[in-house]
Amino acid sequence: MDSFFLIEKGVLIVVIFAITMLIALYSTFAERKIAAFFQDRVGPNRAGPGGILQPLADGLKMFTKEDFTPDTPNKFLFILGPGLFMTTALLTSSVIPWGDTVNLFGREFNLQVADINVAVIFIFGVVSIGVYGIMIGGWASNNKYSLLGAVRATSQMISYEIAMGLSIISVLMMTGTLSLREISLQQYGFINWNEHWFSWYVFRQPLAFLIFLTCAFAETNRTPFDLPECESELIGGYHTEYSSMKLGFYLFAEYINMFISSAIISVLFFGGFNYPGMNWVNETWGINAVAFLGVVALFIKIFFFIFFYMWVRWTVPRFRYDQLMNLGWKVLIPLSILNIVITGGVILLLK
Amino acid sequence: MTLYIFYFLSFVAIFCGLMTVFSRNPIHSVLYLIGCFFAIAGHYLLLEAEFLAVVHIIVYAGAIMVLFLFTLMMMNLNEQIEKHKPALARMAAVIASGLLMLVLIAILKKADTLTVATNQNDAIGTIKNLGKILLDEYFFPFEFASVLFLTAMVGAVLLAKKDKSKVAS
Repeated sequence: MDSFFLIEKGVLIVVIFAITMLIALYSTFAERKIAAFFQDRVGPNRAGPGGILQPLADGLKMFTKEDFTPDTPNKFLFILGPGLFMTTALLTSSVIPWGDTVNLFGREFNLQVADINVAVIFIFGVVSIGVYGIMIGGWASNNKYSLLGAVRATSQMISYEIAMGLSIISVLMMTGTLSLREISLQQYGFINWNEHWFSWYVFRQPLAFLIFLTCAFAETNRTPFDLPECESELIGGYHTEYSSMKLGFYLFAEYINMFISSAIISVLFFGGFNYPGMNWVNETWGINAVAFLGVVALFIKIFFFIFFYMWVRWTVPRFRYDQLMNLGWKVLIPLSILNIVITGGVILLLK
Repeated sequence: MTLYIFYFLSFVAIFCGLMTVFSRNPIHSVLYLIGCFFAIAGHYLLLEAEFLAVVHIIVYAGAIMVLFLFTLMMMNLNEQIEKHKPALARMAAVIASGLLMLVLIAILKKADTLTVATNQNDAIGTIKNLGKILLDEYFFPFEFASVLFLTAMVGAVLLAKKDKSKVAS
């Protein structure tokens, strides 16, 4: 373990952290602008040219609000809740391959913090821990509505975790690896000339992609699955008692979750840092250009999915709670099991 | 380095385990138990069993403990409601745990000193080897275990279902 390695990883971690924060910050702005577009309004346009400084103004407002703590015997847990939620939201970014190999200062770098060989289940582990932030926060608020909101959020997240895990198994049967880097490398370019078919997994596992996308919506508590924050029934859900930056953490972590889940969808199904014409770029401009354009391609995919989240939010109305549970347990889980069986059969047939 | 991490993780695991027992509030107990699970997952990582560590977190900390927490939160147990246990029950608990400790000490005294397995095979805990071993060498025990789980699941569903004859009357 030389110092160069530490510097490389340290720089990478700081850069990824900063980018995640920046994108989450501007996702709030984008959400308001896109909502305005869908509802034929102008949207925020006062702070800075075109409202570009609006997120900073929002953040400043959050910070300067009164930090109210309810009368609860569990002050420590009340503070721990949002912190835990934020931490788990950020943790997953460590295993995502943000780009291909680059060659700088005579050394080869992978644009990824940790290339562990259990990356996919690591993500599921972190997601399953993410439930605690909501649960502890909701319980420590000492408020019935918070508790009900927390229980709703948790049962929803646990239910959809199962379908999510099962849908990914059919993809893993094709990849044969759990490392996200290798999964990315398998989807090289856009068309796989050996197999005469697109190399991205969305064209091989469309059903798994649809199930995964639905579950990602439920996991991030976005519309049409934003039952935990249903204000007509539960006031603010699990963060009813939170104010100031603690509430900000909950809301902010939701946007980080959105960004990270978009990244995971892009890596698993849309080729990650791969794009059409990689061979040509490699021959013309070399390896660094390939990696740079790969990062750009990955972020374009991520931005598309963030936009998709917002698009769905203003298009599809909210489900009822029993509909949500029926969809999760009676539709998505059997479908993903069916998908596993079909995938296994097709793999055996093609052998 | 590894030794210090081991001591730290052991300290956390034992501390959390003790606090699980000594906490008055059942929810705090569960949270300490989760901390204990994380420390044990760290031990797995030290043994280079990454898959086991992550699955341990997913299954125990991510699923079972969430359900525990669920039930406890819904029942709204706290210190005030907890009854004082009768003296007889306390005595029984002390005797039972004392006997268990005696047995454990007796076993550990008789046991051969284990030779520490040095890393003969670095990749022993990786998911590839684990999958090969589970679905090849230990195929039948593995499948039997899964059938056992299925039985338990069917039984749970059966218990949770409403008795239709009673509902009708």
